[in-house]
Amino acid sequence: MTSTLLPETVETGSDPTIKDAIGDYVSRVRGGDVGALPAVLGLVSLTIVFAALRPSTFTSAFNFANLIHQSAALIVIAMGLVFVLLLGEIDLSAGYSAGTGAAVMGIVLTRQEQPWYLAVLAGLATGALIGLCIGLLVSRLGIPSFVVTLAAFLGLQGVLLKLIGEGGTISVRDETLLALNNDDLPVWAGWALLVVVVVGYAAVSVSRAATRRKDGLHADALEVVLAKVMVLAVLLGAATLFLSRERSRNALVSSIKGVPQVVLLLVVLLVSLNFLLGRTALGRHIYAVGGNAEAARRAGINVARVRLICFVLCSTLSAVGGFLLASYDNSISPTTGGSSTLLYAVGAAVIGGTSLFGGKGKIMDAVLGGLVIAIIINGMGLLNQKSEVVYMVTGVVLLVAASVDAISRRRAAATGRV
Amino acid sequence: MTSPSTVQDTAAGGGSTPLLSLRAVNKSFGAVHVLQEVDFDVFPGQVTALVGDNGAGKSTLIKGIAGIYGFDSGGYTFAGENVTVTNPKQANALGIEVVYQDLALCDNLDIVHNLFLGREITKGGRLDEATMERRAKETLAGLSVRTVKSIRQQVASLSGGQRQTVAIARSVLWNSKVVILDEPTAALGVAQTEQVLKLVRRLADKGLGVVLISHNLNDVFEVADNIAVLYLGRMAAQVRATGVTRNQVVELITSGRSGALGLAASEALATPPGARPDPTGPLGAEEAS
Repeated sequence: MTSTLLPETVETGSDPTIKDAIGDYVSRVRGGDVGALPAVLGLVSLTIVFAALRPSTFTSAFNFANLIHQSAALIVIAMGLVFVLLLGEIDLSAGYSAGTGAAVMGIVLTRQEQPWYLAVLAGLATGALIGLCIGLLVSRLGIPSFVVTLAAFLGLQGVLLKLIGEGGTISVRDETLLALNNDDLPVWAGWALLVVVVVGYAAVSVSRAATRRKDGLHADALEVVLAKVMVLAVLLGAATLFLSRERSRNALVSSIKGVPQVVLLLVVLLVSLNFLLGRTALGRHIYAVGGNAEAARRAGINVARVRLICFVLCSTLSAVGGFLLASYDNSISPTTGGSSTLLYAVGAAVIGGTSLFGGKGKIMDAVLGGLVIAIIINGMGLLNQKSEVVYMVTGVVLLVAASVDAISRRRAAATGRV
Repeated sequence: MTSPSTVQDTAAGGGSTPLLSLRAVNKSFGAVHVLQEVDFDVFPGQVTALVGDNGAGKSTLIKGIAGIYGFDSGGYTFAGENVTVTNPKQANALGIEVVYQDLALCDNLDIVHNLFLGREITKGGRLDEATMERRAKETLAGLSVRTVKSIRQQVASLSGGQRQTVAIARSVLWNSKVVILDEPTAALGVAQTEQVLKLVRRLADKGLGVVLISHNLNDVFEVADNIAVLYLGRMAAQVRATGVTRNQVVELITSGRSGALGLAASEALATPPGARPDPTGPLGAEEAS
């Protein structure tokens, strides 16, 4: 029992200043609620290491854009996995859901000769259908998701072979789809995107703080909100500036500059999925089911429905990731979404801070973790390391991330946070 | 003082009209007749303790009241009207809330989230956090809860007593009229038990009908106005707490009768509903079996 009988100190005391906010954050981290800190530290330290070892290539604008293209598919698949991981479940088939969704899209595009949007719809529907089947088996029959998705992992591998044919490939020639994860936005559009994101974030934060203050509730001080907006603006502004530079080796032949198109897709997914998880009843129910499924059931939440929705979202987002893979490779093969795609995506979510035990995680985790993994793959490639070393290093990083999760959990349990 | 639980000076409720009333309810699971001709009353503004040994049918009775399942037969009246309650939503709609023994809170959510779990207030599809937080504060203040530091802290960081407080607060958030507490003090220390019992008393003082299930007779005698004793699926007695002694309650729990109170031997399984039990008869063999 808390011996302090101070219900009013927090609620009616003055709003916290920046100093309070930082102090509060430090005490939370020390208490085991590390959030995105390990992923951010990992990003920074990996960037420093590779920049020191390969200053000319790693830090070039060309490589920076390439990094975004490389990580985009991984990030989107990891975003889907966050939903399943939040429930404390796993989807081992996410990689092959990506491949199968991409294959169906490719087939509708090339063999049926339909426009790209119909192909994309067909691919999304395939992903949703896969998720529906997995979700029904898990939520209605109660088969552990590990087993169901392991079966789907094997089965979909066969489906993908069947669709494409052994040794075959489907090449993607559609302009829109090729542009998706290869081309850039015009420079002005990149800046416009930056302005929309920063102003939007600022408007939402300020108006929320204002509403809360009007209702007499504790809210972040304006200076804290503004500091956060400033940090966001500076970071994204620097990235946009960097990407707006000419990065073609021969600018006269072809000019390459601007923020990659795929960033727009990532921003839209990040914002909308974040809204779903953080601001809607469904999102709250997902956390509740992950935290204590029995409590959620007794509170009147339809647990089976929540599970079903999460698996459908996961596989559908995997299909989107599959499109990005197909766009990046310009083709779909029976190995699209295969080999280590799934493991990298799960690793990305966990490195970002999503717990494998359920109930804890954010969409942003997928972005940060995906970037960490992409930087390792990219930087090791630039160091001319063989893939054996890349695998080993990635494994170690994942292990470190999982240890951070476990250790912070123990600390959290000791200090009474989850 | 010849009739068991119907004499006025010991009668439960002290003469007030029951808010919730069960008459001669039965419930069987297959061949097992768990509840037999049970009468049970909950009075507004009073704490009714429901006691009985393990397997006496306490859980079955409250689950029936809460609509987890329907009773096989018998009358269920709420606020003077006959009602049918066969699922939890119907019970909630009447204003009946159950606080379960294992709490049913989500550790990874904060107090406000837990209070509104499953019944979030939304505005245009978005969670209305400000309204929820304000109502949560009002509810906790209305229950004179002063021990939580911030209602935005995660439930995991709360002590057992605070968690129980949150669970109880959740049950009164919805204009509930009857709150059923299943062993709220079972896992608590002395000071926390005291805190929760005071809260239970405050619920009743606010005019709610409170049902307290407990094994701890200290708790029962501390807060209860009425005591209902279940014995092997029958209501042995429902009496004023002031009209019985501790020993009488223990006898009622363990043997179904105590002097003039309790079940009669002649109240066999075949007794037609409504028949008066004979208070003087010895304990029947079928009762003990």
